[in-house]
Amino acid sequence: METQLNPIPSLAEMAAEGKVPEVVFWVGCAGSFDDRAKRVTQNIARILQHAGIQFAILGEEEACTGDPAKRAGNEFLFQMMAFQNIQVLNGYGVKKLVTGCPHCFNTIKNEYPDLGGHYEVIHHASLIQELLDSGKLSVRGGAFKGKKITFHDSCYLGRANGIYEAPRQVLEALDADLAEMKKSRAHGLCCGAGGAQMFKEAEKGKTEVNHLRAEQALETGAEIIAVGCPFCHTMMSDGVKHHNKEMEVKVMDVAEVIGHGLH
Amino acid sequence: MVEQVLFILMLAVGVGFFVRSISKIRRNIFLGRPLQINDRKPERWKTMARVALGQSKMVLRPVAGFFHILIYVGFVLINIEVLEIVLDGITGSHRMFAHYLGDFYAVAIGFFEVLAVLVMLACIVFLARRLSGSPARLSSTQLKGWANTDALLILGIELVLMTALLVMNAAEGAMPGAEVAPFLVSSRISPLFSGLNAETLHWIERLAWWFHAAGILGFLNYLPFSKHFHIVLAFPNVWYSNLEPKGKFANHQAVKREVELMMNPEAEVQSATAESELPIKFGAKDVQDLSWKQLLDAYSCTECGRCSSECPAHQTGKLLSPRKIMMDTRDRLEEVGRNIDAHGKEYSDGKSLLGDFITEEELWACTTCNACTQACPVNIDPLSIIMDLRRELVLEQSKAPGALTAMFNNVENNAAPWPFSPADRGNWRLTSH
Repeated sequence: METQLNPIPSLAEMAAEGKVPEVVFWVGCAGSFDDRAKRVTQNIARILQHAGIQFAILGEEEACTGDPAKRAGNEFLFQMMAFQNIQVLNGYGVKKLVTGCPHCFNTIKNEYPDLGGHYEVIHHASLIQELLDSGKLSVRGGAFKGKKITFHDSCYLGRANGIYEAPRQVLEALDADLAEMKKSRAHGLCCGAGGAQMFKEAEKGKTEVNHLRAEQALETGAEIIAVGCPFCHTMMSDGVKHHNKEMEVKVMDVAEVIGHGLH
Repeated sequence: MVEQVLFILMLAVGVGFFVRSISKIRRNIFLGRPLQINDRKPERWKTMARVALGQSKMVLRPVAGFFHILIYVGFVLINIEVLEIVLDGITGSHRMFAHYLGDFYAVAIGFFEVLAVLVMLACIVFLARRLSGSPARLSSTQLKGWANTDALLILGIELVLMTALLVMNAAEGAMPGAEVAPFLVSSRISPLFSGLNAETLHWIERLAWWFHAAGILGFLNYLPFSKHFHIVLAFPNVWYSNLEPKGKFANHQAVKREVELMMNPEAEVQSATAESELPIKFGAKDVQDLSWKQLLDAYSCTECGRCSSECPAHQTGKLLSPRKIMMDTRDRLEEVGRNIDAHGKEYSDGKSLLGDFITEEELWACTTCNACTQACPVNIDPLSIIMDLRRELVLEQSKAPGALTAMFNNVENNAAPWPFSPADRGNWRLTSH
């Protein structure tokens, strides 16, 4: 069931009214600009509103966390971005952030504290799981009941931060038939986008990483490949297209799957 | 008496040479940048107990894990018998533990013999794996030259040493009126010696004893030149392993000072005093620019290739192989060490890890996914070396691929890796879904 979004304030607008949000939604660059990822962003917002959580975004005050710069070797640019973001966040006295991207999540959670940014950071899959557990959010299996779904672990959610179960529990709440790929959790294969690969051509090889990973996902026979990262989303969608399966198999973010099941 | 003197001489030379090799490796490791790792000690001991002692990551691949444990347990326990050999050699006694253990002695030796047979079985399985080309990561197509020879030599030497042990015990058991023998396994080979007189048997026993003792000392001295040195370094290497979340990449502290200065000039005074005496390097071009822990990693690597077999770049046929990153680092470090031995500390051969050993194409293929660090049975971190070399390319040599330079420009100018305006960041709220 898709409902219209209520107006979402920016942190500046809320501050002007003297209000402080429960949580700041850190949208991320992909979630802000990539058309496919924007739909995920809208679903995360809808879920937050559905659960009655008062939140704000940074809007034009949000800047790249610096993750791709750091992992591409440009530590200067990373720390400059971090410095600016931390000044903005600390300026508003932000305590808690929810991110729509594992890369933003990892960087703010692990690399900002040393630079003066101390926040409670949560990835949207974990937040959705918390909301389901606490009963603030309820979902109906509906279209997903009994459907075969496989979850692709993002490196920066899984191996990087040990979050494997939250997205799976969220999918199980829909009574979906969860299928595991032969490589999953700590041994999951990367989609090929991390470490700034998203922004460059891959080096020469026998095949592309996303083609191989999509093949592993398709082997499960799942109708839906669930992801928790905008980069994985793009890579897996392209991988499924490469195998000419885009008509049968959909790639969806956990937030989109749950967004469909809201009631 | 002559035997004793000969033995003590052999032992002294063997141990002396080993100590010399170890001190060279120690010196090489500490050519690396200083780094302090002494926090969270209880967690470090626990990690070492679980991962190194308990082989918890080895057994994730059950076949290799099982046979590896056979060799590992065999090696550790048979060393008790080696201790007896050493003490016998020094004191001139014969099987001195028998005197203290009584009837239990034959049971204990029998147990060691069972272990020896299991070690031999595991060595044969491992040789078969390597020679059959399956798994590919161990085949001579992936491990060429010395790396392949080294692996085969280790297994061969272990087979020979275990054979010598059994022959020695069998000869002991075949001797008429033997007091301590027969033993569980070697008694089955003793019939081979039937018909030989006591003197010949004595010679066979002595020969096997000397062969075994010399073999062990020889093998000990082979270790520092071999990947097999992991049996020593796996333990400290795991103790010093990274306990932070794998996604947390250390922030470069010199860059932190520079950025603080740039963003907040008032910090200048404070920052100037905090300046370290070491020249500031933002990346790593050669092994000396890496930390001692990264160099310890290189010496701890057994070249098993689990990292590369899990690496997305390697699996899809790219040049990058995390195992090669570690082998290159060790090879280059050994080369630098040899240069120091020959020409002194200031000498430079004009070569470097980056460029002469590891190419840019390898470095740029990494997705920083941490599959390699997850797979390593002794918690080696090839990714941190890749990151340091990337930083060298970008910050010291301005050699980023064009597409990444474009991404840097976007991040710098638009605060996003793509060329979109920051003013449009909130626009997703306006469009329908």
